Amino acid sequence: MSQDGRLSVALAQMDPVLGDRGRNLERHRQWVKQAAETGASLLVFPELSLTGYFLKDLVPESAIQLDSKEMRDLAALSTELDVVLGAVIESPDHRYFNASLYFSRDELVHVHRKVYLPTYGMFDEQRYFAPGDRFRSFATPFGRAGMLVCEDIWHLSSAYILSLEGVDMIICPSSSPGRGITTDERLGTAESYALVCRTYAQFLTTFFLYCNRVGFEDGANFWGGSMVIGPNGDIIAQHQDADEALVLATLDLADVRRERLANPLLRDERIELTINELRRVWHERTRKPY
Amino acid sequence: MSAPASLTEPVFPPLAIHPELVRGILVGFIQNEVRKVGFDRVVLNLSGGVDSSLVAFLATEALGKDNVMALILPYKDSDPKSRSDALEVVAQLGIRHLEIDITPQLDAYFARFPEADQVRRGNKMARERMTIAYDQSVAWRALVIGTSNKTELLLGYGTIYGDMASAINPIGDLYKTQVWQLADALGVPTAIVQKAPSADLWTGQSDETELGFQYRMIDQLLYYLVERRYTEEELKRQGFDEAFITEIMRRVRENQYKRRLPVIAKLTSRTIDRDFRYPRDWGR
Repeated sequence: MSQDGRLSVALAQMDPVLGDRGRNLERHRQWVKQAAETGASLLVFPELSLTGYFLKDLVPESAIQLDSKEMRDLAALSTELDVVLGAVIESPDHRYFNASLYFSRDELVHVHRKVYLPTYGMFDEQRYFAPGDRFRSFATPFGRAGMLVCEDIWHLSSAYILSLEGVDMIICPSSSPGRGITTDERLGTAESYALVCRTYAQFLTTFFLYCNRVGFEDGANFWGGSMVIGPNGDIIAQHQDADEALVLATLDLADVRRERLANPLLRDERIELTINELRRVWHERTRKPY
Repeated sequence: MSAPASLTEPVFPPLAIHPELVRGILVGFIQNEVRKVGFDRVVLNLSGGVDSSLVAFLATEALGKDNVMALILPYKDSDPKSRSDALEVVAQLGIRHLEIDITPQLDAYFARFPEADQVRRGNKMARERMTIAYDQSVAWRALVIGTSNKTELLLGYGTIYGDMASAINPIGDLYKTQVWQLADALGVPTAIVQKAPSADLWTGQSDETELGFQYRMIDQLLYYLVERRYTEEELKRQGFDEAFITEIMRRVRENQYKRRLPVIAKLTSRTIDRDFRYPRDWGR
């Protein structure tokens, strides 16, 4: 980060090899090198960037443990700049998580285990993964951040919780397959994601970094469209196409303060009211006789 | 029967596509799924119909004209127009082609079974063409690229291990009415886009006569049934004729087997494709 409160971010809109951690690690090193040369201080990779997405029965053999040499190799990517990447994490009791990892200065800073595992339509994540059980923000050299992996953002509560933790930025690594063809020049999924990400940024007055992958797996295409959105909901940078690209943006971190002065939505948020109402709803739902 | 309203009548709006978007995805699909398994080339059976012509156009754009080979495999009863249309596509794209008359091998086999009806003969033709495509794919180090569209696949209107066989299929998720739109946008000759669809397995064969309904109506019904998951009652309320609904639903159901691998008797804890599940693009 430069002295003037500006942050150069880079999104690695890349195409991982399916089920080949070694080759993907090598690719990560190249992206890190390229991003570092641009002067970026934070580089975000897509969901499961280290393994590819439709792993199916490759999940266990693609996994790494938090306390392992493989994890130290990943941490070493973050010597020059902070790195967010996606990997399969195996817990000591052998559960497998679709996780997003934040590294800074050769250390693992935070792990977010994907909470909402899509298991419908073309998705089958709950067959292979265990769900995460928390949304937590964490400190970075650039302010507080929170991570949500792909489907997590389709649940309003996830971003809302991070917002109440006071995050300055939400980082969303994604492996979103493109679908929905109409007369529109963009896929239905691309339209939906742009709407959701911009809405969160504006409603929660936070930066929003969305990094989606590209390429094909078993015929499914990933549509890219990675974008950086400011706390007023405006898109600062986006790569619309579905090819590999390093998406660069410079954030003025003080924009969060300015936006929250202009639109003090967070100040006016009624957390206790929300909790009480949720409790009441939960109580009413659970006391039904059948 | 009148020619299909492939270009002349308005497209059912939910099945209207943005051709450039679809073209980009399908060209990317062919490049990616061919090259990452170590190939640069594809072979296809080019019948002269709109489906295989469209695939030839897409493959040529994706891989270059020197990497696409069209197989033109007529039988003695095939409509000469099929061959000439196929040759027109070959000439327009500048791709390689190989023409093999399959009459001798067909007739040699059916000389022993003269009673065989046109369905058996048609299936055999489709499978002879498949074996030639696969043989040529080895000789030329290429993948066999498929040409079945979504409407045919759903209706089971194809020969299993015949024209339905391929390594990759770029148009299997496009309904016939969408194939027409894309083919037209990509510059497939209008005469090919507009001619009455036919498998040309026997003289005068017509898809729409054989199926009993026009593709544009079938696709509308399939849109509500498959994409929107309408119930039978809802389809009737939508104005579809009951007999039409029943027949299309029967076809989709009864031909499910054609869209699956053979059923394997389960014995172990990890049976292929049931609980031994790996992506095709494993390590790619």
